Amino acid sequence: MTDKPAITQKERMQIGRVAMPEQAAELRAVNFREVNLGLTEQLAMLEAERCLQCPKPYCIDGCPVRVNIPQFIVRLREGDMAGAAASLLDDNALPCVTGRVCPQETQCEAVCLRGKKGDSVAIGHLERFVADWAQTHPDALAAARPLSTARTVAIVGSGPAGLTAAGELAKLGHDVTVFEAFHAAGGVLIYGIPEFRLPKDIVQAEVDRLKAAGVKIEPNAIIGKTYTLAELRERFDAVFIAVGAGLPVFMEVPGENLKGVYSANEYLTRVNLMGAWNEGADTPILHGQRVVVVGGGNVAMDSVRTARRLGAAEARIVYRRGHEELPARAEEVHHAEQEGVQFDYLVAPTEVLGDEQGWVRGVRCVRMELGEPDASGRRRPVPVDGSEFEIACDMVVVAIGTRSNPLLTATSVGLEVNQWGYITTDENGMTSIPGVFAGGDIVRGAATVILAMGDGKRAAASIDAWLTGAWPPAVDVPEAAVASAAEA
Amino acid sequence: MHPIRSRDQLSPNVWRLVVEAPRIAEIRQPGQFVIVRRGPGAERIPLTIADADPDAGTISLVIQAIGKSTTDLVELEPGAAITDVAGPLGQPTELIASGHAVCVGGGVGTAVVYPIAQELHRRGVRVTSITGGRSREWVMLERELGEAGEVLVCTDDGSYGRHGFVTQALEDVLAAGDVDAVYAVGPVPMMRAVAEMTRPLGVHTVASLNAIMVDGTGMCGGCRVSIGGETKYACVDGPEFDAHQVDFGMLADRLATYRSFESEAMERRGPCRIGLRKPTAAAATETVVAS
Repeated sequence: MTDKPAITQKERMQIGRVAMPEQAAELRAVNFREVNLGLTEQLAMLEAERCLQCPKPYCIDGCPVRVNIPQFIVRLREGDMAGAAASLLDDNALPCVTGRVCPQETQCEAVCLRGKKGDSVAIGHLERFVADWAQTHPDALAAARPLSTARTVAIVGSGPAGLTAAGELAKLGHDVTVFEAFHAAGGVLIYGIPEFRLPKDIVQAEVDRLKAAGVKIEPNAIIGKTYTLAELRERFDAVFIAVGAGLPVFMEVPGENLKGVYSANEYLTRVNLMGAWNEGADTPILHGQRVVVVGGGNVAMDSVRTARRLGAAEARIVYRRGHEELPARAEEVHHAEQEGVQFDYLVAPTEVLGDEQGWVRGVRCVRMELGEPDASGRRRPVPVDGSEFEIACDMVVVAIGTRSNPLLTATSVGLEVNQWGYITTDENGMTSIPGVFAGGDIVRGAATVILAMGDGKRAAASIDAWLTGAWPPAVDVPEAAVASAAEA
Repeated sequence: MHPIRSRDQLSPNVWRLVVEAPRIAEIRQPGQFVIVRRGPGAERIPLTIADADPDAGTISLVIQAIGKSTTDLVELEPGAAITDVAGPLGQPTELIASGHAVCVGGGVGTAVVYPIAQELHRRGVRVTSITGGRSREWVMLERELGEAGEVLVCTDDGSYGRHGFVTQALEDVLAAGDVDAVYAVGPVPMMRAVAEMTRPLGVHTVASLNAIMVDGTGMCGGCRVSIGGETKYACVDGPEFDAHQVDFGMLADRLATYRSFESEAMERRGPCRIGLRKPTAAAATETVVAS
């Protein structure tokens, strides 16, 4: 605690939102180092002073995992770093991640009172600052291991939902094993989100913290292949399925199987998980010079900015709606623009064109206009007759979404799924099989990291109730008031 | 970690590694594969499970050292370990239950048809295996295939067995008119030739497609193949498909995606250190007999 004099609310209102220091666009467009450099302690303290400590903090309701935002901010500005970190970690198992990839502008910061008149508190930046401090000061946070309950939980998938549930359940003393199909834990955090947005050593440190808390991780275990769900249910007292929505969606247009056409999943996995961005890496990646990325979500932004860093002279987003409709985080779009990415709005590919050797040479497109709102409430794009044109390119990345992977569900007798293959759950997150819970993208469809984490946290509360005989759970953890439809 | 129990050479560039993987050994079925990552920084590569010993907790992987990743793998000495082995992946082979099956293996593809021949034989199906290579030293697993039935060996240069391609031997076997199914695994031109030969005869023919993969679980879509005009994923829908429906041209084309990268990586790496120990024709036979 410091003994600096308290400042008045009026003085707080005078402080402008601090800017996140970042690598210069021309530099970062050719490297994979993190774009955002993080606030300095001085900047973080200044920003923390902007929080009004509202008696009725809307920001908490705006957060899918209900982080007690005013509490960690007040501890931060009082100089109680360990207290701030403890508060944050108590609510959020992966704060280094969410501090970097959450769409705060549609969640906590969207409902921050200060945003009504000027800029909201930079909650995400402050979260990252405190979380990074915690990661570099593990000794300050040595929490006592809880008493073991001798209850076992299998978690299928080590993405944001699975890791969050693992952290919560371990905290309650349960014996948690996470099964991961890949050779490393993290799910979309390591295969999908690029190094320049979420460094992999940061994710690894979060995973290591969970391991230190007693969570066991079994890699190379594909549930539905290596083990069946029934086997897990037999071996463990409860199971949480958090496998995500892992199957890529393609455009279903001619030419999509040409060489040089990637799903965003494949492109990003090669680059991120397999480290193909390093020169001399064992895993190959095509270095397109003129790259078209189809889609407007965060995955599309990650892909196009990756292509730029891998040497694309021309990297463009082709999106069938307009700038206003882009589902990506505002910061990612802004960063992409700064890095020289071009945006073709109201354009949809109708065919991928190839040369005689079977390589991509371009994309035939049609211009769109926005018609009546569709089921999602967004105006439906309609093709404009006679507006066809070609964009020359040597690589295409399809980033128009993902869907459920039937690998687990198809081999799981009695597990109910809906018409799109997503697992159906009751109000407690339990599937049609007693003791088997599910959450994240495999229940809700492709969404964001933080929504998956919210599901993981709620599922953990339900699972705890199931394991301790307090079933059905008495206290329902409410879903966040504000939810984003943006892609993870 | 998956320790390597033993390693032996089957042909000048093909080795067999017997690797500890108890769970996979216990549940794998013919036609399934694993994804292997040698260690940190290494590529994930799909390899068919050539054989398994559930009691010993081991699986056999037959690896053709053609690129950097495969060469790195075959250089691992017994006692060393592979960091990651994931599986078993893919659909098991759909096997006929009775009648006469022909298993055609070209080069390292012989290691993929071997477990199929073995299982067919176990079911009581009459098995004729046809395997071939450039010359005698490239012929592999002849003795193992012999345990499942008749074996016809072909060499391109006539140095061993029949002079000619496996397809010529197949033509003769098909002429008898009693073949119920053909299982063909090998280079794309071979599988295509087999498919074209059996198509007019209406003989059910299965090919195993060695598409490029990353995860092996359907999430990357890199292994997409065209089957009867429909895009399928070799990793989860296959790797085996009705050979008469396969677009082999597209398969061959997509397999060439990283060709220039592969030769560069191999150049940087240098030649296989144990590859210098090329077996003579006699030595190759000894290796097989001794194994």
